[in-house]
Amino acid sequence: MKEGKYTFVQGNIACAEGALYAGCSFFGGYPITPSTEVAEYMSEKLPLRGGKFIQMEDEIASLGSIIGAALAGAKTMTSTSGPGFSLMQELIGYACIAEVPCVIVNIMRGGPSTGLPTSPAQSDLLQAKWGTHGDHPTIALVPSSVEEMFTETVRAFNLSEYFRTPVIILGDEIIGHMREKFRLPEPGELEVIDRKLPDVDGLCRLPYRADGKHPACLPNFGASRFHVTGLNHDESGFPTMDPSIVQESNSRIIDKIYHQRELIDKVETKYCEDAEMLFLAVGSAARAAEEVVEEYRRKGIKAGLFRPLTLWPFPKKEFIPLAEKAKNIIVPEINLGQLRTVVERFARSEKVIPVNLVNGEPLDPEFIMSTIEKCSK
Amino acid sequence: MFDYSTYLRSAKLPHIWCPGCGHGIIFKSLLRAMAKTGWDKDETVVVSGIGCASRLPGYVDCNTLHTAHGRALAFATGVKLSQPKFHVIVVSGDGDSLAIGGNHFIHACRRNIDITLILFNNGIYGMTGGQYSPTTPYGDKAATAPYGNLEPQFDVVDLAKGCGATFVARGSSYHVPQLDDYIHKALMHKGFSVVDVVEACWTTHGRKQKTKYKNNLDMMKWQRDNAVPLAKAQTMSAEELKGKFVTGIHHEAERPEYVESYQKLIDSLKGGDK
Repeated sequence: MKEGKYTFVQGNIACAEGALYAGCSFFGGYPITPSTEVAEYMSEKLPLRGGKFIQMEDEIASLGSIIGAALAGAKTMTSTSGPGFSLMQELIGYACIAEVPCVIVNIMRGGPSTGLPTSPAQSDLLQAKWGTHGDHPTIALVPSSVEEMFTETVRAFNLSEYFRTPVIILGDEIIGHMREKFRLPEPGELEVIDRKLPDVDGLCRLPYRADGKHPACLPNFGASRFHVTGLNHDESGFPTMDPSIVQESNSRIIDKIYHQRELIDKVETKYCEDAEMLFLAVGSAARAAEEVVEEYRRKGIKAGLFRPLTLWPFPKKEFIPLAEKAKNIIVPEINLGQLRTVVERFARSEKVIPVNLVNGEPLDPEFIMSTIEKCSK
Repeated sequence: MFDYSTYLRSAKLPHIWCPGCGHGIIFKSLLRAMAKTGWDKDETVVVSGIGCASRLPGYVDCNTLHTAHGRALAFATGVKLSQPKFHVIVVSGDGDSLAIGGNHFIHACRRNIDITLILFNNGIYGMTGGQYSPTTPYGDKAATAPYGNLEPQFDVVDLAKGCGATFVARGSSYHVPQLDDYIHKALMHKGFSVVDVVEACWTTHGRKQKTKYKNNLDMMKWQRDNAVPLAKAQTMSAEELKGKFVTGIHHEAERPEYVESYQKLIDSLKGGDK
């Protein structure tokens, strides 16, 4: 345990602290359970350091406000939960095509629709990937603890600033609301990345000029006087329907994140080297899965846990060799099989044992084990 | 003669607007009003949503932001609150501002955030081909109202006033000198200001009203003949005002401006007042 002052805080507060640590100076949000504490905390802390908080009229406006603020130069964040995340889909695509950095926190709850507002779920794993229309890049991070709510939020800002794209944090009600021991890192202890700005001072004629498969290097609003649009655009930022330019730019905004995956990928593995029963789980489900893995190991069963902290893009390079070796792949998740659809692209489906719960209760180790037993009979 | 080129990205012209459209007239009026403010182009941000009017920012040599349908005011709020030094102007059509963006419109008014909204009110969805909007006259034919529009119209002035905007004016694309004045005053106003500009779309709206207009000139004449200055309107009965529109500065009030209030909060926290 590192030295320093430890406190006992909620995941949502750790997330807000992570944003402040990363230099977030603008937050636009709308109340929704179970994410509201993030906004409440930001409303208290931001003005103390000269930052701005605004409660917008809905989640679309929340995301719109932070995109506007980001273009004006701020590091920005919003937080929401399932229904609000659905509304945000419209402008997630805007931030993708216009290459605007921003962080979107989704503390997932039961759905569909209003569903179970106060209960845990992992209902938006695929919405995070495919929710907005059109082909687009997606970076989504899934923390499993209060500490990770902090560190992954810092990482989300870093990735967002570096890649010039929205980054989504997929918490769930358990991770957001549970309280754990937490130590606030000292300034400088964690890396904080700021967006790269173009060398030119003054008028910027080609804000979307990108070096090969790299992100565009937009200036902030000011003397740059450039144009931003959600229409397909060329290097100048102005609309174009030129097929070759549209093909190239639509591909580039996706290629830019796949091109430097080593900066994005993050997986934690436990006992995976010889695992015959490979567990794939994220968020609070991974905590239950980890207990099962430990229990199986005690019994002499070769179980291992594969836990992507970066869920999108999916770490297939790391996953495929382990999935090939394993006899069974167990996928515990608090939904009806969203991760499973991904796993089945990389592993034979008869190997896969789904463990699904959508009754509003946390996924516990006993349930995972009893489901596996039923499947094995 | 006014030199528009200072404020234009001339290379982006010609604009996309049809012959007979009022947008160009309002655009020029806006540029003249902007010049009169003396604002630095580097510190001016022009924001729009989606629609014909929303293509305007592309032609202006400022920081320009063409957002999503209805969302201009949400983006503009983020720009203004995060960087109060920016002068923020939103240009938007009636469908953009009052239908899909209606929620953002009423709340921008309520917050009294220092942004100016120029509402290009041609009473139709032009870009998508003439579907009825929240300001299409009752009974008019539209692409989605082939038997005539059954919905009543929003009165933008009443709506903006009711929601708390602190400067509300209405002009038209026919009464240009007055429009210059309204827009300039709106830009200079501290708080949320709305200029409702009555104008016409011949291509997707006028042509379908066979009994009302023969050509786009008739639509301009309609503006000339049906505009009633505020002072005169106050002497007329509701019956006499039916079918007319009242021009002028309808509302000017002082109320705490949102960004300034927020800055005061920050200052007070620094001072340890709280």
